[in-house]
Amino acid sequence: MSVLAYIETWEGKFKKTSFETAAYASHVAKALGTDAIAVVLNATDDPAQLGQYGIKKVYRASDAGDFNNYVWTNTIVAAAKEASAKGIVISGTFGGKMIGGLAAVKFDASLITNISEKPTSTDPLVVRRSAFSSKGFVDYQVKSERFILSIIPNGIGVSAAEEASAEVVDLNVVSDHAPAIQVKDVDRVKGKIPLPEAEMVVSAGRGMKDPSNWNLIEDLAEALGASTACSKPVSDMGWRPHSEHVGQTGIAINPNLYIAIGISGAIQHLAGVSASNKIVVINTDPEAPFFKAADYGIVGDAFDVVPKLTEAIKAHKANQ
Amino acid sequence: MKVLVCISHVPDTTAKINFTSDQKAFDKNGVSFVINPYDEFGLTRAVWLQEKQGATVTVVNVGTAETEPTLRKALAIGANDAVRINAEPTDGFFVAKQIAHLVKENNYDLVIAGRESIDYNGTQVPGMLAAMLDWPFVNACVGLEVNGDQAEVVREIDGGKEKSVVPLPAIIAGQKGLVEEKDLKIPNMRGIMQARSKPLNVIEPVEADLRTESVHFEKPAPKGDCKMIEPDNVEELVNLLHNEAKVI
Repeated sequence: MSVLAYIETWEGKFKKTSFETAAYASHVAKALGTDAIAVVLNATDDPAQLGQYGIKKVYRASDAGDFNNYVWTNTIVAAAKEASAKGIVISGTFGGKMIGGLAAVKFDASLITNISEKPTSTDPLVVRRSAFSSKGFVDYQVKSERFILSIIPNGIGVSAAEEASAEVVDLNVVSDHAPAIQVKDVDRVKGKIPLPEAEMVVSAGRGMKDPSNWNLIEDLAEALGASTACSKPVSDMGWRPHSEHVGQTGIAINPNLYIAIGISGAIQHLAGVSASNKIVVINTDPEAPFFKAADYGIVGDAFDVVPKLTEAIKAHKANQ
Repeated sequence: MKVLVCISHVPDTTAKINFTSDQKAFDKNGVSFVINPYDEFGLTRAVWLQEKQGATVTVVNVGTAETEPTLRKALAIGANDAVRINAEPTDGFFVAKQIAHLVKENNYDLVIAGRESIDYNGTQVPGMLAAMLDWPFVNACVGLEVNGDQAEVVREIDGGKEKSVVPLPAIIAGQKGLVEEKDLKIPNMRGIMQARSKPLNVIEPVEADLRTESVHFEKPAPKGDCKMIEPDNVEELVNLLHNEAKVI
């Protein structure tokens, strides 16, 4: 028996979320009294380093070509079966969501998604997940012999690394019986952290008055090392790309720090961001509903407050 | 071309979420229900395919009789007919199993669902359905064109977009971008009148094993008070974020 972590890569490098799945699989394996193992496709990073997150053995499949969710899923499930895994841990990234549902059927397993906590109990296995767009939690009990747990990116901190190295074994890519999907073009913004994985997010709304004022937002984000996001009206008006829209019909995020500037805090926006660890709201309207969901608030004009905050952050960083 | 659009019946986006006093279920009291917003993008795209490329559009929901107003709304938006699979859905696997059975019996060319429902946020049904049928599956789809027996799709990936071509039949899990928000179809009076006489067939569920069981519901802990800082004292905010919140 074992618990298998799926290690996602981008251009060969392990994604940050992969250390989260490794650490989560290690925790679940320990609770079940078994070992954590991992599977990775197309890695150039050394899989042995996953030992630092409690992984004992890594199945490495090379030359898998372009992402094809069937090929990937079948290869992951092959590793799980080879290792007699009881469960698979994946991350709720866009890549993970291409795989979770397929894997649940191919691995004949219970699937629980949107997890941001360690299991509530292990016998029986009960896991708490976020639901109702962050307005509630539901505890699910696994009823099948096998399980797949999908954890929210950034939702669970990665515990301190231990000095250990994982055994690495080669695994064949399972490429037969997969639909012929031809990838034509991949357009990825270089050097930018995907929003769901960002630890800090600076987000702005209609209060910025015009897209040309976004330099204030980008300057603050850069000073912090944060990603930028926006409210739904701003993306609907085309001021910012859809991929930056956080909220109910956009992306749900849970960064360590979320700074909302000129966003009133409609219930649909809160649905996508209320799981953030700390929330700062800057708004001219003291009655903005967002202040009720915030940890820290400033009633003030963004055009005055934001540049001063950027300078104060820079000064703080310089003194570190 | 036969297109099936999966419709979830979900609490309105502004609904207050409450659970029953024993914390064993979602409390539907006083909640109004709507078409899942993610499904609306797919439904509008399907009706576009109907208008421009002669597709027929069927909508399906797995639910009890109380979901029929939601299906009637989908018919008013433009679907040709509706199917309700008569069961209280227990989890994503159960729903996928029901829809897979319907698809096997009806030879659809394309199935469009929302990437998730705004109640349980499962992101499970479309992928499971694809695996049960062995059809291509595209998640978080923000662009869809149908050309003969293949679909050109754009999907969101982590930090970008990917364009690909998939053979039909296929399962698409859509979101905003499939159509723009401003282009979402809203039922007009003629549509509402016509919807009353369009077929809404009720079929009985097939058996599915129970994969997960919800055992407890809970609301998030209430947020503490917001600490207010004067706009001319941003240094204090930086100090609090560093020393108190420990996030910078």
